[in-house]
Amino acid sequence: MAGSTRASVTADTAGAAARRRAGTSPWAEAWRRFLRHRMAVASLVVLTLMVLLVVVGPLVWKLSINDIDFRARLASPSLAHPMGTDDLGQDILARMLYGGRISMAVGLAAMLMAIFVGVLVGAIAGISRGWVDAGLMWLTDLFLSLPQLPLLLLVIYLFRERLKNLFGLELGIFLLIVFVIGCFRWMPVARLVRAQFFSLREKEFVEAARALGASVPRQVTRHILPNSLGPVIVAGTIDVAAAIISESTLSFLGLGFPSDVPTWGRLLFDSKDYLDIAPHWAMFPGMAIFLTVLTINFIGDGLRDALDPRKVL
Amino acid sequence: MGPYILRRLLIAVPSLLGISVVLFTVLALAPGDPFSELADNPNVPAEVKLMLRAKFGLDDPIWQRYFHWFNAMVHGDWGFSFISRVNVDQLIMGRLGVTLAVIGASQVVALMIALPVGIYSAARPYSLFDRIASSLAFIGFSLPTFFTGLLLILLFSIHLHWLPFVFRTHIPGSGWAWWWGHIEQSIMPVMVLGLFQGASWTRYVRSAVLDVIRLDYVTTARSKGLPERSVLMKHVVRNALIPVVTLVALTMPQVFGGAIVTEQIFRIPGIGSLLIDAILRNDTPVIMAVTFVFSCLVILFNLIADLLYGWLDPRISYR
Repeated sequence: MAGSTRASVTADTAGAAARRRAGTSPWAEAWRRFLRHRMAVASLVVLTLMVLLVVVGPLVWKLSINDIDFRARLASPSLAHPMGTDDLGQDILARMLYGGRISMAVGLAAMLMAIFVGVLVGAIAGISRGWVDAGLMWLTDLFLSLPQLPLLLLVIYLFRERLKNLFGLELGIFLLIVFVIGCFRWMPVARLVRAQFFSLREKEFVEAARALGASVPRQVTRHILPNSLGPVIVAGTIDVAAAIISESTLSFLGLGFPSDVPTWGRLLFDSKDYLDIAPHWAMFPGMAIFLTVLTINFIGDGLRDALDPRKVL
Repeated sequence: MGPYILRRLLIAVPSLLGISVVLFTVLALAPGDPFSELADNPNVPAEVKLMLRAKFGLDDPIWQRYFHWFNAMVHGDWGFSFISRVNVDQLIMGRLGVTLAVIGASQVVALMIALPVGIYSAARPYSLFDRIASSLAFIGFSLPTFFTGLLLILLFSIHLHWLPFVFRTHIPGSGWAWWWGHIEQSIMPVMVLGLFQGASWTRYVRSAVLDVIRLDYVTTARSKGLPERSVLMKHVVRNALIPVVTLVALTMPQVFGGAIVTEQIFRIPGIGSLLIDAILRNDTPVIMAVTFVFSCLVILFNLIADLLYGWLDPRISYR
């Protein structure tokens, strides 16, 4: 076919050009491809700024998150309160910075949990044949067809009290939410990893390792797994956004973090009854969630372009 | 087609069983007695408590309790709401219609956005239209439904005073006024759900059409001199829709999640808001029943998608 010939020619010249440049490691090559995706690069800059703001912000902006000041109730943004105040006169900027830390921490931790479970299940299914694989894939399909939000709500309803008593209010809810979101997001990763394993384990370099007498765990950890990481990284990036949305949804329904832990979703939940008189209260956390999710999705898109070796850029 | 339908139905049974096992495990692992509210009531004497425990079978071995529970669930015997003092099945049946209507309408909106935009984008990839549509789709599915809902309320109800933002069950009047009242209050919830789904499906449709449009049989159809329109509609789209149907079915659980949020924002009296109310008031039988109904709906929609799949791609049903 004419199309495929032309593509391979460009692929060769692009590869040769890349080889002539200094860094030829796969990661340098991926970084070069990532830089081609302008929206992804811009998103990376914006997201880095937001993370820095949330991490460093509370050290600079010294107002407390729960200082009540009824004189400044529902105030619009001003110099004293750049994002205005809520119905108790609490400073929204301080609450946003604090909540951003929690929302992002939940996103990262839930993603790590989802990746861990997903890689584990996918790797076991992908390396073993027969009933282990079939059983694990049945489990994956089953989890995919569970109604996630109702079940999330059910689990949180049933287990919230016990975890609150075990770990304290904030940490207990944090662990519960991370665990539950992680439990409902591992399935796509497991499928990706299994598919990668299926194609990789028949490749010559794995066969060579097998012929040299490498044990199955060594084949998996040294040869197959590192080569199947690309799609996992992309899925993990998208998962951070999905986990942040899940946490915000729970908090928005009033069933996530309690109101003295102001995550972005919780701020929206508290603000929705004052939408007509204090729209700024809802706009800031809403925009923060939107921007975080949008930038993470763009970065995921850029990483997909960068890490998919079949794609010629 | 007959044996195919039968096979799909038989596959749906184990997933229903699996989901019920997950639900029951969650319930059984939960700390304390889910029915402790009733059993710990000091007004209930000890012998009545024992009788109640025996009646509900709380001291039976776990597998017996599971079969007992599953049997009751399947027969629609979902117990009695702690709060509203009504049978749970009546409560749910009264509210299911609204939820299904909102979800159905929003899916239609989503398809009406995703199909034309996705197909047109793929027919002219990397054109200006495609770039704008792709960016909008990206924004659309990055906007969480709860924030879109608040934004729409802020714009159309508070600033423009065009649409009501609280859903009323009883609309006064009859005929056109009644219909208009219902449509007017449904526009925002349906749009919130429909735009979100439409945005994510647009990407699926686009990439599916792009995959098909490069195949040789499409070139053949073009070289026969068929007009571009009929090549696209009759030759490309039907085949491109096959993977899209699967993806649509896979996103159904997500749609129900969105429906719960939307019902809560606009105070629509559907089963999603029933679930939230029940959780806030510790109404365990209602919570369990609503979750079970949502699971059944997901399985039902998966089944429908499977059947559609078989109809779109006859190779599947003859395998």
